[in-house]
Amino acid sequence: MLRQLKKEWPLHVLLIPGLIITAIFSYGPIYGLIMAFQDFSPAHGFWGSPWVGLDNFRWIFSEAQFQRALFNTFFISLMKIFFGVVTPVVFALLLNEIRLSSVKRVFQTIIYIPNFISWVILAGIFMTILGSRGIVNTTIGLFGLGPVDFLTDPGNFPWTMIWTDVWRRFGFGTVVYLATIVSIDPGLYESAVMDGAGRWKQTIKVTLPLMTPIIILMSVLALGNVLDAGFDQIFNLYSPSVFETGDIIQTYVFRVGLHGANFEIGAAVGFFNSVVSLILMLIALSVAYKVANYKVF
Amino acid sequence: MHLMTRGQKIFRVFNYIILLLACLSCLLPILHILAISLSSPHYVAAGMVNLVPRGLTLSSYQFAMEGGRFTRAFWVSIQRVVLGVSITMFLLVTTAYPLSKSSQRFKGRHFYMAFYVIVMIFQGGVVPFYILILNLGMMDSMWSLVLPGSVQVFSMIILMNFIRSLPPELEEASMIDGAGHWKTLFLVYLPVLKPALAVVALFAFMRHWEAWWDGMMFMRNQNGWPLQTYLRHMMNNFRDLMREGGGHQHHLIGMLNEQTGRAAQLFMSLIPTLIIYPFLQKHFTKGLVMGSVKG
Repeated sequence: MLRQLKKEWPLHVLLIPGLIITAIFSYGPIYGLIMAFQDFSPAHGFWGSPWVGLDNFRWIFSEAQFQRALFNTFFISLMKIFFGVVTPVVFALLLNEIRLSSVKRVFQTIIYIPNFISWVILAGIFMTILGSRGIVNTTIGLFGLGPVDFLTDPGNFPWTMIWTDVWRRFGFGTVVYLATIVSIDPGLYESAVMDGAGRWKQTIKVTLPLMTPIIILMSVLALGNVLDAGFDQIFNLYSPSVFETGDIIQTYVFRVGLHGANFEIGAAVGFFNSVVSLILMLIALSVAYKVANYKVF
Repeated sequence: MHLMTRGQKIFRVFNYIILLLACLSCLLPILHILAISLSSPHYVAAGMVNLVPRGLTLSSYQFAMEGGRFTRAFWVSIQRVVLGVSITMFLLVTTAYPLSKSSQRFKGRHFYMAFYVIVMIFQGGVVPFYILILNLGMMDSMWSLVLPGSVQVFSMIILMNFIRSLPPELEEASMIDGAGHWKTLFLVYLPVLKPALAVVALFAFMRHWEAWWDGMMFMRNQNGWPLQTYLRHMMNNFRDLMREGGGHQHHLIGMLNEQTGRAAQLFMSLIPTLIIYPFLQKHFTKGLVMGSVKG
């Protein structure tokens, strides 16, 4: 035992810096969640603030704005997941029909660019091109359409968020799905051709079924994060005129909890958010493991 | 070479059109921003600038470079990236190496692993995090931007899995030569870890370069704002910036407007990403795949 410890002590020592940082900055906020059960004020701190049991939770669940944010989160998130899976699958299939590998490569290179542009910069770009006098509205104006209030109309706002997010990420998905298609055994297509299958039949009968595990994997992992509807994107693009349809859990936490300094309310919403996310994540990971043998830890 | 049917020909044409439109949707917004930034404000205000600059001028760029705010925020971001990535790399290496040992050879591995996995799937959220930074007295300090989240568990697992995939002879040989864990890690392992280190360094870079929220919350003094935090402010308050710069930059004010000025600063902020893009493209997907290698 002692000999083992003597051999192992450098390993423990190496771990110390990471453990300290994680204890402070990751476990610190978890400990801080006790404020969700208090009438918290920073001046009194965690020990001086009075306990209120579940009052904060009762309050948020009876609050119309929180319910609205919860609904918006699910709506925007689920639509992003649905179109965010379908779009790259379609593009991967289309791209697979291109025979010239150089064209394929150029295409993948270009559509992958938006993925690496921060939401702050993209928000700036979208404010410029989607505004009432932006290039999109002047262009559709040439055809006698519009103007469309992409960012200020409550009906349009969620769809602007959904499609700009799908646009930003579809390059990544296309690369992933195309890699799967390319790895399909060519023998399967040859025997399909012998059975008289055309390109369309081959796609339906061979390509899509073999893509199913990776499609399920990507969808399930995304569903595990369904409560994350895209804070960076929405916070940088929304405005009071679209709170009704655009306010999501994290923007609600920011406005009410941090900006409005109702810390205990923000913490209660955050606590609820973390617990639900934890459950969804564990379900998603176990399904992903069963379906695709995917394992992070 | 078989002949194409009529249907296949039509499909091919449509396919190329759709793919071309998708490419254009990714390139045109950037070109449009560039065109606006280089144009004279009169043409932009009249909605006459599409993809080619009109009334070519660099005033908007000059305004940004001489104003001080943009360059200062850029500099803060560079400092943040260098410091943040260095700290993360140090912590990731010192954490992933011990955890790559099997639990027979390293008692306590399970405990440490659980310690990290827990924070990967359960977080305290932004409000307690804000209060924590407040209580630690880290407001207005660069440390509040670079220390939190510096042990990225996903990246650590990538690195750990990579070490585990290396031949065990590597370590055995080094140990027989009398090297301890320290020497083995820093002299034997570090050089062969390069591909995985590139990937996790990239993730850390992206995280620090794109971050804006922490700068907005923790830097009460605007001089400490990183680039993305500043850009957010700039998009919403460009007129104020013009008024502020009006004194010593009055010769420029007539040669730009809100749109051209914003576009110039957005475009300049894009340049670093576009420069390292080939590197990003090469390693990003690979890294996400590495993370799910069986451990």
